[in-house]
Amino acid sequence: MLLSISKNSQIIKDMRSLSRHQIGPASVALLLGAFLFVFLIIPVAKVIFVAFQDPNTGALTLINFSDFFLASLFQESFVNSLYVAVMSVVFASVIALPLAYFTTRFNFSGTLLIQTLGVIPLIMPPFVGAVAMLLLFGENGSINLLFDEWFGFTIPFMEGLNGVIMVESIHYFPFILINLSAALNNIDRSMEESAQNLGANGIRLFRRIVFPLAMPGYVAGASLVFLKVFDDLGTPLLLNVNKMLAPQAYLRITSIGISDPMGYVISVILVVFSLLSLWTSFLALRGKDYSTVQKGGGGLMKRDLNPFEKAGCYAVVILILLMVLSPHFGLAILSFGTVWSYSVLPDAYTFQHYLQMFSSSTQLISNTLLYAGLAATIDVLLGTVIAYLVWRTNLFGRKWLDFVAMGAVAIPGVVLGIGYLRTFHEFNVPIIDKPLASWWVIIVVALAIRRLPYALRACVAAMQQISIALEEAAENLGANKRRTVFRIVVPLMSGGIVAGFITSFATASVELSATLMLVSTESDAPLAYGIYEFMQSASGRGPGAALGIVAVVIVGAATYASHRFIKSKNVEFTTEVTVATGE
Amino acid sequence: MENNMNDAVNITINNLSLAFGKTGVLKGVNLEIEPGELFSFLGPSGSGKSTLLRAIAGFGPRPQGSIFIGKEEVTQQPPWKRNVGMVFQSYALWPHMTVRKNVAFGLEEHHVSAGKIQELVDEVLEMVDLLSLADRRPSQLSGGQQQRVALARTIVVKPRVLLLDEPLSNLDANLRVQMRRDILELQRKLQITTIFVTHDQEEANTISDRIAVLNHGIIQQVGSPLKLYDEPSNRFVANFLGSVNLIDGTVQHENNGYLFKVPDGTSFPLGNNEIKQGDCTAMFRPQNLQITRGKDESTGAKIQLSGRVEHREFLGSRIRYSVIVGEQILLVDDIHEANCTTIEVGETVSLQLESDLVRILHD
Repeated sequence: MLLSISKNSQIIKDMRSLSRHQIGPASVALLLGAFLFVFLIIPVAKVIFVAFQDPNTGALTLINFSDFFLASLFQESFVNSLYVAVMSVVFASVIALPLAYFTTRFNFSGTLLIQTLGVIPLIMPPFVGAVAMLLLFGENGSINLLFDEWFGFTIPFMEGLNGVIMVESIHYFPFILINLSAALNNIDRSMEESAQNLGANGIRLFRRIVFPLAMPGYVAGASLVFLKVFDDLGTPLLLNVNKMLAPQAYLRITSIGISDPMGYVISVILVVFSLLSLWTSFLALRGKDYSTVQKGGGGLMKRDLNPFEKAGCYAVVILILLMVLSPHFGLAILSFGTVWSYSVLPDAYTFQHYLQMFSSSTQLISNTLLYAGLAATIDVLLGTVIAYLVWRTNLFGRKWLDFVAMGAVAIPGVVLGIGYLRTFHEFNVPIIDKPLASWWVIIVVALAIRRLPYALRACVAAMQQISIALEEAAENLGANKRRTVFRIVVPLMSGGIVAGFITSFATASVELSATLMLVSTESDAPLAYGIYEFMQSASGRGPGAALGIVAVVIVGAATYASHRFIKSKNVEFTTEVTVATGE
Repeated sequence: MENNMNDAVNITINNLSLAFGKTGVLKGVNLEIEPGELFSFLGPSGSGKSTLLRAIAGFGPRPQGSIFIGKEEVTQQPPWKRNVGMVFQSYALWPHMTVRKNVAFGLEEHHVSAGKIQELVDEVLEMVDLLSLADRRPSQLSGGQQQRVALARTIVVKPRVLLLDEPLSNLDANLRVQMRRDILELQRKLQITTIFVTHDQEEANTISDRIAVLNHGIIQQVGSPLKLYDEPSNRFVANFLGSVNLIDGTVQHENNGYLFKVPDGTSFPLGNNEIKQGDCTAMFRPQNLQITRGKDESTGAKIQLSGRVEHREFLGSRIRYSVIVGEQILLVDDIHEANCTTIEVGETVSLQLESDLVRILHD
């Protein structure tokens, strides 16, 4: 009797705590939803709305779009942006294809070298190396001076749009390399063997079996490159190529003002193309789980290289390595050089730039550490919570939370920046008494929103690795949901969370496009903004390069730490997460 | 394509050795497989059975020795020249092609005309009962259906021999029984020389004309399923084909017969047929022993042993007793019928065994 009473009260207690468990996650989800609604959905919706609004009457109209497409400047910018994005995909493919082929087809000792190649470009945002590339490959850059002296001709590597294409393809080819290599590695050997068994070999086997199976991976990587290049603001600005969409949007808003509709029209176009390329990638991958690797199998047939072939492979790899490292070399030389113009190398070397940089830029660095640190913290908090809500509860609308958070991928930094300016310029923050749009905190929020998808991916990946049985065991032994989350789930996810934090931190610390729009006073500026400012003048290039080196060191160290951490925690990771990049 | 189905070919393997790096996987395999035979390679994982099959298809490291298909030596031929059909353990269906495309692939590679391809593909899909699913993708099919597509894809090109690499291992138990009958039926219909790789002795027993048992890259014994079970040539084969009692001891000639002596003192007569003397192993199956309750009552020529029941397992049709005799534990199977009395653990029992059922192994 006594037993049954205590049993009953236990059941009642369970029922109470059950409803409490629903309330807890639900209120957290609401809070999260509100955050995303205010800082992602509203600003973007505002931008789209303004693009369709008559600037004078406020009525809905398509006049802004017809104005846009009738203006020759915008027509040219639009074509240029498309051209640059497509050509960058082409050149990135030219770089990535042989590398992916070497590593998956041959027993090639340079595989480690190639894997390193796949990370090096990503630790330096493209705009940082852009000026250095100008000095190396520009009309009067080192390479062309040598060409002129030796062969009597020069090559316009960096002429206008060429420069943007060169810098972007060198920077973004790893996306194709990584995705394509993964796709190739996921083809089981038996796929090839069964084709051989039925009489196919050589080029036919490649065309009919290997190529179609690897295609989704390639398309996914290529559309990512397209998206990144199409949206990039910093690189064209630094190379002084203004007739492209993102720079035009930036220039209209900063020179004419936030009421000019053209910036909004461009934003809509940027978003549409981002969505299109994500859609392409989605279509390429949808329903094509071509991972055919069986236990004990794995990977394509590899063959040994004869010495001649091996030398050829190494020649290609080293050539690419030199090209890929040229922004890094160039930046390093620039940061130590005194005067470097119309000469192959600087006249002399000095530490002066570093001293100058450290005396004037400590504020920039401390701002960066603060902003990126806060943004990354917000990201992993949100990421962990969303991952838990999506994978461990059956809360209504949880998929939407995930969807919206991931949707930030499709929003270019310029667009988010414009959206924030427009939405929050009239919203006064109490106490400090200034608009939210020009308070430094808005930069942190923008960085957090921009990097959230990557952190979320990391957290979801980590969560999916945890067997539900581990949580059930804890509950079975008396831990309630909250205790289980804190004692079992979070500790087991810690590898993914830390990796997500580091990735978010590293990439947020060199973000430029949203930052450029949102910095209102010099004292609030982060590192990326500082580099941009320095690089504007010839005398600032030295210290700018020194600051760029600091950025590379921060991102490089963080990337390395993240890789080490992933390895030591043995967290399996989607490649996308580890190569998330700044721009 | 050109060979008629009725002239099945033989497969001859001479002194075949193969190594992955420094690890020898096949060590001097000699084998003759008869035309039209359904032949199994049976062995535990790592025994080299799949490697041997793949070597016949031309996959894996280059072997030493030679492989003949019919009169033609194929050892140096690349896989795509051999025209041997192989069904992969994973089926290896190409996910980017429909069932029809998968099946048509080999015909296209053999430059068959489009009209003919259509006709042959329909015919073979009809034969495996998948015509209605021809336009599906492999991922939309069940395991058993995928298996049949893999089979259809292989036989449609009319290969000289058919190689099946553990084809049933990814299917559930009921389907496996059905599928092995289907395979046998198909093989009989096509009269194609077929090699079937498996680690499951029941599967090999039910389907094969003959079996080669492999272990450590060496063929242990070749023979019909019955012969391997009843007359294994060594301990490994005896054990691999089913539960067995193996007792180490020595054979001695005494009076006018042979006697098997175990170190613990137990001994029993082996009859009068000539047996090589010395250290050896006595082998008999659990069902060869008869078990009765209590002490032994002598009955003629039978070997008499007495012991105590240590353990009892109910296996459905049989009850398996573990009986301690001297220092040996012997397995004894007793047929189970409803209402029959069972012997309890701890009881003293006597065991009878016909001496001509005892087989002496000298390995």
